[in-house]
Amino acid sequence: MRLARAGRGGRSLAGARVVFPPTVFPMSLYTLLGALEIGLIFSLVALGVYISFRLLRFPDLTVDGSFPLGGAVAATMIAAGHDPFTSTLVATLAGAVAGLITGWLNVRLKIMDLLASILMMIALYSINLRIMGKPNVPLITEPTVFNLLQPETLADYVFRPLLLVFVVLAVKLMLDAYFSTQSGLAIRATGSNARMARAQGVNTGLAVLAGMALSNALVGLAGALFAQTQGGADISMGVGTIVIGLAAVIVGESLLPSRKLYLATIAVIVGAIVYRFFIALALNSDFIGLQAQDLNLVTAVLVTVALVVPKLRAHWSGKKGA
Amino acid sequence: MLKATDLRLTFNPGTPIETQALRGMTLEIPTGQFVTVIGSNGAGKSTFLNAVSGEQRVDSGTIEIDGIDMTRQPVWARARHVARVFQDPLAGTCEDLTIEENMALAKMRGERRGFSFAVKPALREEFRAQLATLGLGLENRLSDRIGLLSGGQRQAVSLLMAALQPSRLLLLDEHTAALDPRTAAFVLELTVRIVAEHKLTTMMVTHSMRQALDVGQRTVMLHQGRVVLDVSGKEREGLDVHHLLDMFEKVRGEKIDDDALLLG
Ligand SMILES: Nc1ncnc2c1ncn2[C@@H]1O[C@H](COP(=O)(O)OP(=O)(O)OP(=O)(O)O)[C@@H](O)[C@H]1O
Ligand SMILES: [Mg+2]
Repeated sequence: MRLARAGRGGRSLAGARVVFPPTVFPMSLYTLLGALEIGLIFSLVALGVYISFRLLRFPDLTVDGSFPLGGAVAATMIAAGHDPFTSTLVATLAGAVAGLITGWLNVRLKIMDLLASILMMIALYSINLRIMGKPNVPLITEPTVFNLLQPETLADYVFRPLLLVFVVLAVKLMLDAYFSTQSGLAIRATGSNARMARAQGVNTGLAVLAGMALSNALVGLAGALFAQTQGGADISMGVGTIVIGLAAVIVGESLLPSRKLYLATIAVIVGAIVYRFFIALALNSDFIGLQAQDLNLVTAVLVTVALVVPKLRAHWSGKKGA
Repeated sequence: MLKATDLRLTFNPGTPIETQALRGMTLEIPTGQFVTVIGSNGAGKSTFLNAVSGEQRVDSGTIEIDGIDMTRQPVWARARHVARVFQDPLAGTCEDLTIEENMALAKMRGERRGFSFAVKPALREEFRAQLATLGLGLENRLSDRIGLLSGGQRQAVSLLMAALQPSRLLLLDEHTAALDPRTAAFVLELTVRIVAEHKLTTMMVTHSMRQALDVGQRTVMLHQGRVVLDVSGKEREGLDVHHLLDMFEKVRGEKIDDDALLLG
């Protein structure tokens, strides 16, 4: 279960420097950077979830399958000797195809959105096993996009989050730009008011397909990067991805509430990182006594709290006003 | 020119709640004509407009616009030719988008949407000038979310949006019904101005007999899914609300004591 120890130096096995910097209570710098790394990867998931849940208003659980799909494709290709960059690109496209199929089930076959995504999610479980041929594909000595680009002077646990900052920022800027183009605007209009969008000549079915493909492409990319930072892909690496993505979106929105898209995308990224820090804190504080396997429970509780608090707040302030 | 021939549409066929909403609806509107449509609740007015815009598929009959058969085309494909303003002020705009984004969306109605930025400086100036004609101060609020506007303001913007791109037919379904009387009068005035300015072929549904006679060049009355009265020209000029009500009674073959029809 190496993968479950996300953020605690999964790659130390690969023979990198195992020099632990001084401890910053209650987390070492090493743990902090690990949390940042995972947070950044999950911010890609969160951006994807933001596109489906918020912009398209399509409750999409495909994510739990497209995240390990990205990991499976990337790890399998790299293990087979393919170039890590090509492998990451193919993994991203695989994610897009998964989203496209979910969209198609909904738009064409008229299957309810949530159900369509659940169908795709469980189908992907089998597909991912088929792709990998076994429950996990380790990447120990193989090249990854990270160690190929890593300069001599930087430790891997410093370089990985650094590279990810650039990737995430680039993705964010590209999304901001795309969603202010005519085509991007059509997708947002479809999610906001499909009847109006159709009356303006938007092929809303196509817009849903495009949005779902984009969303799951980001998730596939995240899965590919996750596999390359955590030493491989595992069939169970997708469990709870959607909840983590949603948690990030919700945390981000409550920290930085804004309807402006470029602020909303920042909020979602910050949310993913902050969320990850909280998890790392919880897992690393001995007095709380949480362990890695409690992660999904912690996430579920956190999302529940984040969903309920705004309602309670509205309730209280409503009472005060009355 | 709109040519609707023998449209039939039955909701929930074969069930106890079966409703024949259109029963041989036939109407021809020459290019540039402004037609007002009246009829009691459930007469099929909205259903007819929805059939023309493509939101409702008809069971039989044909819909042609300028000679192009539209009967089987989806809404988004017809949008190239048909502009709409809905009764619900919230329905015609995207509340999550800004005023300028909504207008940009309408500016491209029926055209291929590419990867260039939706709101460019030149467009923004055009929108600003258009909004200024409303006299509502909206020209200074281009980047406000349209959800922040009042229903009347949103309806006024919807009308502007309908005219941003040429269309062969403008459909208005009780688009002033949800507004207070003063705002309704303002939006109606704006409607008349925009229709005249762009020489739009227009079909406007209203429950106000007064309005039906005051604006446009022709009035049709629907009843049980078909046209039962069609007046224009001299005959229409000589009519007042009472005549219209008398005719209303006559075609229905029953006494009307619904005061709502007199209001306005
Ligand atoms: N989606 C639907 N499903 C079932 N029945 C419908 C549907 N839409 C309309 N109807 C029925 O079709 C008939 C015509 O309705 P329509 O909305 O066209 O009337 P209208 O003339 O617009 O009335 P109003 O003045 O109240 O707006 C009514 O009996 C209505 O109940
Ligand atoms: Mg109606």
